Amino acid sequence: MFKGKDIVSIGDLSKSDMERIFEVAEEMIPIAKGERKSDLLKGYILANLFFEPSTRTRMSFEAAMYRLGGKVLGFSNPSSTSLSKGETLADTVRMMDAYSDVIVIRHPLEGAARLAAEFAENPVINAGDGAGQHPTQTLLDIFTILQEFAHVEGLKVTLVGDLRYGRTVHSLAIALSNLGAEIHLVSPRTLKMPGHILREMKTSPEVHENIEEVIEISDVFYVTRIQRERFPDPTEYMKVAGSYKISLELTKRMKDTAIIMHPLPRVDEISFEVDKTKHARYFKQAFYGVPIRMALLSLVLGVM
Amino acid sequence: MDEQVLKVQKIKNGIVIDHIPCGMSLKVLKILGIQGDIGSTVTLAMHVKSSRGWKDIVKIEDRYLDDREIDKISLIAPSATVNFIENYKVVRKHRVEIPSVVKGIVKCMNPRCITNHKEPIQSEFYVISKTPITIKCKYCGREMNAEDIVENII
Repeated sequence: MFKGKDIVSIGDLSKSDMERIFEVAEEMIPIAKGERKSDLLKGYILANLFFEPSTRTRMSFEAAMYRLGGKVLGFSNPSSTSLSKGETLADTVRMMDAYSDVIVIRHPLEGAARLAAEFAENPVINAGDGAGQHPTQTLLDIFTILQEFAHVEGLKVTLVGDLRYGRTVHSLAIALSNLGAEIHLVSPRTLKMPGHILREMKTSPEVHENIEEVIEISDVFYVTRIQRERFPDPTEYMKVAGSYKISLELTKRMKDTAIIMHPLPRVDEISFEVDKTKHARYFKQAFYGVPIRMALLSLVLGVM
Repeated sequence: MDEQVLKVQKIKNGIVIDHIPCGMSLKVLKILGIQGDIGSTVTLAMHVKSSRGWKDIVKIEDRYLDDREIDKISLIAPSATVNFIENYKVVRKHRVEIPSVVKGIVKCMNPRCITNHKEPIQSEFYVISKTPITIKCKYCGREMNAEDIVENII
């Protein structure tokens, strides 16, 4: 049963929970595109608590709610709230809980969503807590792969870029390995996947020095941004970032059916010429955030 | 009287923490907050032969332990036994046991964890491995080992 369920970590969801979410998300696609109208969530209010800036996640939750006839309140700039007066998160959550039917929270501190879920009566959905969890991103990533390949098992998925700090790749790697994908990792030596994530994966991934080694065999390339601030030396950054970039040249050596994903925002790790190739899926992936979030909202509110 | 007994004298009143894993007795003292002169006699023996191999022993006179302190000891010395002594006799014997949830006795070592920021909650960890001890923060998911636990005892 999903009604009232908190979605804090991808680990809170069983395989059958995920299947149910994907099934509902599939039904939501025409509504997410605006091709069909719905008032499934009419009369419901979503509280969007964004203690940290976000464009995609916040707006896709808003779009999801509006597409289903619901209403949204909240903030995206905590300096304009009583938090700047020193209010605890627990108090803010209890108050917003009283004003709404479901809470979506993004917070810079790890574990903030778990805390919110404990203090709220209504369901809480984690939209990212610091370097911690971001389960709705993982769900939309897997949904994107399923939309393309209809299965995950046996697919060769290569995760590229910052595998150390990039939070989306952590829960994605664990979830994909649990679903039977073959995971390959490509990252600079200083930005390798942390050991505790590797331990949680069902099968050991293959680690590669550069993307050339897997360019011809991968079904999915999941590219993440390497942040400049991770490198004290700018010349080192330039050297490293360049070697993890997806260029048009590189796409020519990919499998015909291979797809390129990216959680966005992108800076220059995928060149713009790649956008027009048959491999680019990152904007479609961003769109899938809407049906996934529509599915989650309807399920935790108990209307599906 | 054999040599071993002479090494570690009997106490009149207080506690004897026996069967501490070898080398962990200093950490036991640390988590009990025993530093410097506490006004009663503390005896510590390291690397003592026992029927189960080698062990450390700590004896503290005129002091008793509450359940919270016993829980703390269990985290770093799960094989220990705590004997309560009155008038040279053991009046109560406790085998410490690692709880499955550790609440309010260890601080999360992750400075970015919500539990380290003024919120009305207690720290809480799941014990994910007993030997060697590993606990995982319920909130941020950070894993901590014996060393980390000793450093972060509340």
